[in-house]
Amino acid sequence: MSKNNEHDGLDLRGTLASVMVVGVIIVVMWVVVYMMYLGR
Amino acid sequence: MIALQDRKLALWYIGVAYIAFLIGTLMGLLQVFIRNDKLQLPAWLDYYQILTAHGVLLALIYTTFFIFAFFVTGMSKSIGTFGPKVRLVSWIGFWVTLLGTVLATAMIVAGEASVLYTFYAPLMASGWYYVGLALFVVGTWISSFALIGHYRVWRKNNKGELSPLFAFMTITTIILWLIACLGVVATVLFQYIPWAFGWTDTINVELSRSLFWFFGHPLVYFWLLPAYIAWYVIVPKILGVKVFSDSLARLAFVLFILFSIPVGFHHQLTEPGISNFWKFLQVVLTFMVIIPSLMTAFTMFANFEISGRKKGATGLFGWFKKLPWKDVRFTSIFIAMAFFIPGGAGGIINASFQLNEVVHNTLWIVGHFHITVGTPVAMTFMGLTFWLIPYLTGRKFTKSMQILAFVQIITWSIGMLLMSTAQHILGLLGAPRRTAFSNYNNHPSAMEWFDGILTSHVTMAVGGSILFLSAMILIYIVAMSMFLSPKALKVEDQVEFPMAESDKTHTPKWLENWWIWIGIAFALIIIAYAIPLSSMIMHAPPGSEGFKTW
Amino acid sequence: MHLHKFEKVWLIFGIISLIVFLSIVGVTAFSHDHHPSGGMDTIDPEKVDQTAPFDNPGVTQIDDDTYQVAIVAMAFGYTAPELRVPAGKEIIFKVTSKDVVHSFTIDDTKVNMMVVPGQITTRAYTFEKPGKYLILCNEYCGTGHHFMFTEIEVY
Repeated sequence: MSKNNEHDGLDLRGTLASVMVVGVIIVVMWVVVYMMYLGR
Repeated sequence: MIALQDRKLALWYIGVAYIAFLIGTLMGLLQVFIRNDKLQLPAWLDYYQILTAHGVLLALIYTTFFIFAFFVTGMSKSIGTFGPKVRLVSWIGFWVTLLGTVLATAMIVAGEASVLYTFYAPLMASGWYYVGLALFVVGTWISSFALIGHYRVWRKNNKGELSPLFAFMTITTIILWLIACLGVVATVLFQYIPWAFGWTDTINVELSRSLFWFFGHPLVYFWLLPAYIAWYVIVPKILGVKVFSDSLARLAFVLFILFSIPVGFHHQLTEPGISNFWKFLQVVLTFMVIIPSLMTAFTMFANFEISGRKKGATGLFGWFKKLPWKDVRFTSIFIAMAFFIPGGAGGIINASFQLNEVVHNTLWIVGHFHITVGTPVAMTFMGLTFWLIPYLTGRKFTKSMQILAFVQIITWSIGMLLMSTAQHILGLLGAPRRTAFSNYNNHPSAMEWFDGILTSHVTMAVGGSILFLSAMILIYIVAMSMFLSPKALKVEDQVEFPMAESDKTHTPKWLENWWIWIGIAFALIIIAYAIPLSSMIMHAPPGSEGFKTW
Repeated sequence: MHLHKFEKVWLIFGIISLIVFLSIVGVTAFSHDHHPSGGMDTIDPEKVDQTAPFDNPGVTQIDDDTYQVAIVAMAFGYTAPELRVPAGKEIIFKVTSKDVVHSFTIDDTKVNMMVVPGQITTRAYTFEKPGKYLILCNEYCGTGHHFMFTEIEVY
């Protein structure tokens, strides 16, 4: 695999923030349904 | 523009796709009103017959025919015009697929096949329904082999070179489809057809269900991957950027070959006949298939951010405003992606072993696939349709059509948001899926389902009506682009096929060594399925006779 | 195949979340018996009425803290006379079908069982609250599917 990387120097802070929002949605939805499961 | 003969083939595929779409969405409209007790069907028409038609026509026929239209166009564009043999085999595939479709649809209309698109035994449809399904699959196989043949010609002429990304992804999807279909072909050919025609008396029910789901889960990836192709290859071009990472895109796709198949048991988590060990093993494998989608999420946002920053955006989210919102080719697909966030998250819940008991066979599931295949996939296909048909017919995508296209995707989004939210909540409350109107003898729990603002069948009906309106606008756009829009005589009026550049220089060659991926895929399939399936055969209870309970 | 460092962060976060989800469901399932319904017992679908426990469907007390409920599902109803069970005791549901695939789903509980002809589905459940619970079929089984329901009384 090549050492020189076309992605170095790209500013992707917004991307990281966005995917983290996606991650939080995934975790929250999962926890909500898990709580419903435990409550039944 | 691609060769006329290839365009003709693609246009026939699209034509069938949208006829199926028209009938299928009409069936959807009827359903939401029946479930709301606002509509009584005439005696010769049954709710479950309509439901079967809705599922088969939209989930199987619309998707498959559109996918092949997209593949034919993209393959012709990226690796060249079809040779005479490839073209002939493609047409044979088209007609066989269509023959299967017509046969299966005729059986549904005749009321001989109200078994839904999952056709679980021992519900027994007319044998011709299963023959129709078999022909449908065989037809897609013939078309798939034509595309593989076309690809092999290119490989032979370009020795040692990686294929263009579009072709690579098409071949990945086709390999996935060919392997997936082995399950449904096995059960239809060796179980259903002999049984439905009376050559055998009984059927091994649990085995037939497991073989169906061997096919059923990769089937959803067969719908999703063409949408991903658009996301990876077409969206960057519209954004004015290159493919974010050629190698990661290819890696994500081969991971789908590996992990989308040995996971069918996660549709069977609450049923007997499969031990907990094998169910859980396939749950773990199901979670593996989430990883390439996580990679995809990152790539999509990276495309947006790089494009926005190129246009001068600053700050954490400044790029968001710089996205080409006025371009319906982009906005449609952006909305499609946004719907996939809760869609994918819901999928993780469904596959989470015992959590499945909360949602299994409830309206949640219906909501789930309307925000996976029904919007992320379908709206991506709509976003492609807007330019693909004009591209193929050489007509203009006029200003008024563009405005109409915006109306169409916005109404679809609103309708789907209302309907799928209602379905998700109703499902969590316990309302069953695939069920005509019933108040369960006025049981208080069932009455509750109809109460809330969002948690009601009324919301579903309003959502469904808006969706139908949207579908009819789309049919209008399709008809105009096919037959009536003005011809694009000047070069600047011509519609392009947006295909982003992809830098292959850092992409390792082994990614395109298909035998590695097919080999690992089969190894995983054997690990996940060999023992539980053989125990289903060896420890089978006496089989079931067929029942026609409709 | 070089990953941007933020992509590494994201994938590590994602994969760890998936491992946590799997660990939670896996550990509770296999150590605390939170399995979904299932079971490996088989039965001749044409001899359901002659096969125990379905020759005598309904509630049977097994010991002080355990009851068994045998149910036969068929289009479009359940053979389940007098479904009355106590709260706070373990109820073992055993369900099979005489014809097509059904479900045995008790509203507002974890009991959501697929019922497959030839197989016996088992699920243990302890009701916390007394009341009348709706039981319905949520797997399409024919024209009368939406009329397939009954009730269980928890006292």
